[in-house]
Amino acid sequence: MAGADGDDSLYPIAVLIDELRNEDVQLRLNSIKKLSTIALALGVERTRTELLPFLTDTIYDEDEVLLALAEQLGNFTMLVGGPEYVHCLLPPLESLATVEETVVRDKAVESLRKISQEHSPVDLEVHFEPLVKRLASGDWFTSRTSACGLFSVCYPRVSSTVKAEIRQHFRTLCSDDTPMVRRAAASKLGEFAKVLELEYVKTDIIPLFTALASDEQDSVRLLAVEACVSIATLLPQEDLETLVMPTLRQAAEDKSWRVRYMVADKFSELQKAVGPEITKNDLVPAFQNLLKDCEAEVRAAAANKVKEFCENLPEDNREQIIMSHILPCVKELVSDTNQHVKSALASVIMGLSTILGKDNTIEHLLPLFLTQLKDECPEVRLNIISNLDCVNEVIGIRQLSQSLLPAIVELAEDAKWRVRLAIIEYMPLLAGQLGVEFFDEKLNTLCMAWLIDHVYAIREAATSNLTKLVEKFGAEWAQNTIVPKVLGMANDPNYLHRMTTLFCINALSEACGQEITTKQMLPVVLKMSNDQVANVRFNVAKSLQKIGPVLDSNALQTEVKPVLEKLASDSDMDVKYFAQEAIS
Amino acid sequence: MGLALLVGISATFREPDHLTRITQKNRPGGDMQWCFSQVKGAIDDDVAEADIISTVEFNHTGELLATGDKGGRVVIFQQEVEIKSRFVSQNKNLPQFRSEYNVYSTFQSHEPEFDYLKSLEIEEKINKIRWLPQKNAAQFLLSTNDKTIKLWKISERDKRPEGYNLKEEDGRYRDPNTITSLRCLKVAFLLQVPVLIPMDLMVEASPRRVFSNAHTYHINSVSVNSDNETYLSADDLRINLWNLEITDRSFSVPIGDQNRNSCDIFSCCITPCCWRSLTARSSDIVDIKPANMEELTEVITAAEFHPHQCNTFVYSSSKGTIRLCDMRVSALCDKHSKLFEEPENPSNRSFFSEIISSISDVKFSHNGRYIMTRDYLSVKIWDLNMENRPVETYQVHEYLRSKLCSLYENDCIFDKFECCWNGNDSVVMTGSYNNFFRIFERGQRRDATLEASRENSKPLQVLKPRKVCTGGKRKKDEISVDSLDFNKKILHTAWHPQDNIIAVATTNNLYIFQDKVN
Repeated sequence: MAGADGDDSLYPIAVLIDELRNEDVQLRLNSIKKLSTIALALGVERTRTELLPFLTDTIYDEDEVLLALAEQLGNFTMLVGGPEYVHCLLPPLESLATVEETVVRDKAVESLRKISQEHSPVDLEVHFEPLVKRLASGDWFTSRTSACGLFSVCYPRVSSTVKAEIRQHFRTLCSDDTPMVRRAAASKLGEFAKVLELEYVKTDIIPLFTALASDEQDSVRLLAVEACVSIATLLPQEDLETLVMPTLRQAAEDKSWRVRYMVADKFSELQKAVGPEITKNDLVPAFQNLLKDCEAEVRAAAANKVKEFCENLPEDNREQIIMSHILPCVKELVSDTNQHVKSALASVIMGLSTILGKDNTIEHLLPLFLTQLKDECPEVRLNIISNLDCVNEVIGIRQLSQSLLPAIVELAEDAKWRVRLAIIEYMPLLAGQLGVEFFDEKLNTLCMAWLIDHVYAIREAATSNLTKLVEKFGAEWAQNTIVPKVLGMANDPNYLHRMTTLFCINALSEACGQEITTKQMLPVVLKMSNDQVANVRFNVAKSLQKIGPVLDSNALQTEVKPVLEKLASDSDMDVKYFAQEAIS
Repeated sequence: MGLALLVGISATFREPDHLTRITQKNRPGGDMQWCFSQVKGAIDDDVAEADIISTVEFNHTGELLATGDKGGRVVIFQQEVEIKSRFVSQNKNLPQFRSEYNVYSTFQSHEPEFDYLKSLEIEEKINKIRWLPQKNAAQFLLSTNDKTIKLWKISERDKRPEGYNLKEEDGRYRDPNTITSLRCLKVAFLLQVPVLIPMDLMVEASPRRVFSNAHTYHINSVSVNSDNETYLSADDLRINLWNLEITDRSFSVPIGDQNRNSCDIFSCCITPCCWRSLTARSSDIVDIKPANMEELTEVITAAEFHPHQCNTFVYSSSKGTIRLCDMRVSALCDKHSKLFEEPENPSNRSFFSEIISSISDVKFSHNGRYIMTRDYLSVKIWDLNMENRPVETYQVHEYLRSKLCSLYENDCIFDKFECCWNGNDSVVMTGSYNNFFRIFERGQRRDATLEASRENSKPLQVLKPRKVCTGGKRKKDEISVDSLDFNKKILHTAWHPQDNIIAVATTNNLYIFQDKVN
């Protein structure tokens, strides 16, 4: 390559241009990503007259190339001569907005939205708006779906006649034959409503919203739920009841579980959008129903929202609503038949304690926590354990420790290693909450047992867990409780366990400090250099390399170096290699 | 195996005497007459295994016709449009006939594979082809073998770029002077931007998505949903739902669920927001695998989406039942909304009853009101509103009932015949043995047995109805049951979505017939 000749040589540019049509996708992609360099070299005029026409026709290319192209063109305004010429970018983006690949179309639309801002109001009407119309009335649904995302950017900046046309086009797309287009229109409904004048929101958007919300395809109806949030925020409170609520009520009781799922999933947003009064009268019963839905997916989605919903209830009678309406449903969910529902609930239920305060938590929530801690499904138990900190703040963890311990022990010995792995990750958190005394008494043995687990991933996690514990409890604690046990494993008949000793030393040396490392760990490591298993020996070399920085130079010279030199002449190739690595 | 394509011979319409033939008056009485149009494929009797046609499917306009074969190839034929318009414009009085189908694109869709974990060979045979509704100038289809579904794009290209800076069009590097001047002179006009110039039309097929690793058993059906966003695929024990945009190849299984045999797996496969963002993997919507495989009594034989209602699909079973499921009700459709089943006639009960009641194909009518099923001996039409018996039953080859024993011995009894509707749901078609195929006109209660054979392959020759003699005395023109050739079977047929054009696959030949037009 000629890059070395200097920055202003044309040769690299010529190569880039040639590679626009190279057979190798990677090279084409590379060229497209440097399109600005090419355009800069060609100058604005040739970019407009030669480069852009060529790019307009390259829609045959691979998706990733087209995606990069669509992205590049969004930042091309200056390269075609500034806002005055920005409309030259429309033809290539228009053809990209019709390709079958959704990601490419979306990127083209994103770029079109970006450059629409750089159009002058006149250019917007002369060049941009006609493009939107062409796309909106295209033969294939790909172009019509792309049009849906462009209305909202040009609407605020055009004359009122054009505005009327745009509204008309949007109306047409909302009743398009293909569900793809109706879905696109439904998903942009909220965004479009935001730029419309309030009177048109009422006269245009509401009927469209109502129609889409009762579309025959549930995939369209569920998107109307999302639009509901934005529309509700736009309307004055007094109109909500008549214009939005009938549709929302209908969605919450839709025949299709996917629509109800969507309502449950968007519940917090809906709650904020409609305000406290409607929440109290309408959403509370709706939420109760969703928590009791016959489809587990819906219950799980609603269960996920329990905490947020309760938090956002109007404060004056929040406690009363929770206690009399929400908590009874929550109690039922604790013994739901579906484990996903239970585990969704378990991930948020602890958060209720801060809302309800100490007394209510002890009286009403604690029994639920305890039930969930004994749940047959490990995920449920894990979710409770991972959120212990919320309860700790309110009632202190001691209340739970009686039940906590068996739950932890059971998870720690679960037959599935992923479960064991998950509980290990919570150990530092638990240690922090429970305190060193409780930990030493009850949990330390577990942490040690993981070091000799038969799954490597567990042993590995157990090692890094030890590091975190030492960071929490300090070097002295480590010296007394952990280090002796770890070092004891150096004599284990199983070489995997002997290696675990080395891994622990690697992880602990820094946290334990120079003294412990030199006095207690180093001798063990050095002794293991005579191990009969080569894997252990080369891990000795690796360990020495790792702990080297912690040791003082005296120990390095007199103890470590001779051992490494001996290992460097080992009969095993790998041992030799790592010893040499360590020496250098 | 070579790429011996299905291009073989094809009758041509262009000779004048054929034109006179089609001007002949239609026979009075109005019943449909079929005449030969084209045959594709090699003529010799020696059939290569790879050339056996395994599926036939028209696209939504009928302009394209795709076939898949045991060699993993897909051949697409396109209806020539110019001929039709030329005749119409030249002479309005000339009868209008459809133009013929010519090869448009051929590509290798699937290759033979080997599953090293299970020590199983995976055949390249194309089990099903389904066209997607057209979304832009290109065409898309799904093709599947036993395990893997692929989304193919078939697109046309009529321009190619021209002009390099550093080399000639043929790839030779330019003389060093040009390159030197590019290096030294810093004038931008030396740079050349490629231009696109017209070229001969080129049709390209490119794989866009691969949907794999979701089926333990053999995929028997693929069906695209009317929401244009999802499709289903069915194997013996499970129906999966896919998003056309997303292929992620692995199931994400939450902790604690590594053994995919517990019941809760179904709900976790389809867990939250699978419909919106996470449809990364396919989701099981039906799973009939019992915990203990010895309790297995029934397998899924075919499945299809309702043509308009995106939430409804049906699947048929080896026990002769059809279940209709509504995906709105719950995420896992293990409870059907409707069960279509006809009580067995005890007088017909025999050792073979269960085998011959197994449904080999299920198809919704275009209007979505009826379901057609094919079992070994009959075609049944069910009204969605009546579950206890079919509204119509047509015997395809009742004369075989006495021969079931020998058909069992030569395994023919397990043949999977498909069936199809005509464009306005008034006629149905299905295949039989001896290269016979059957057409049933529903309103008229009329039926015909026709034969796809080389003897009838003169252009626009009217197909003579064939008759199989069942009694003792054989009349002239009748063929006796004993002389039927069971190696010649028509399993796959397709009907043009609007016109009376049918495609019938014999072993390695594709016959196209059309009605004798007025």
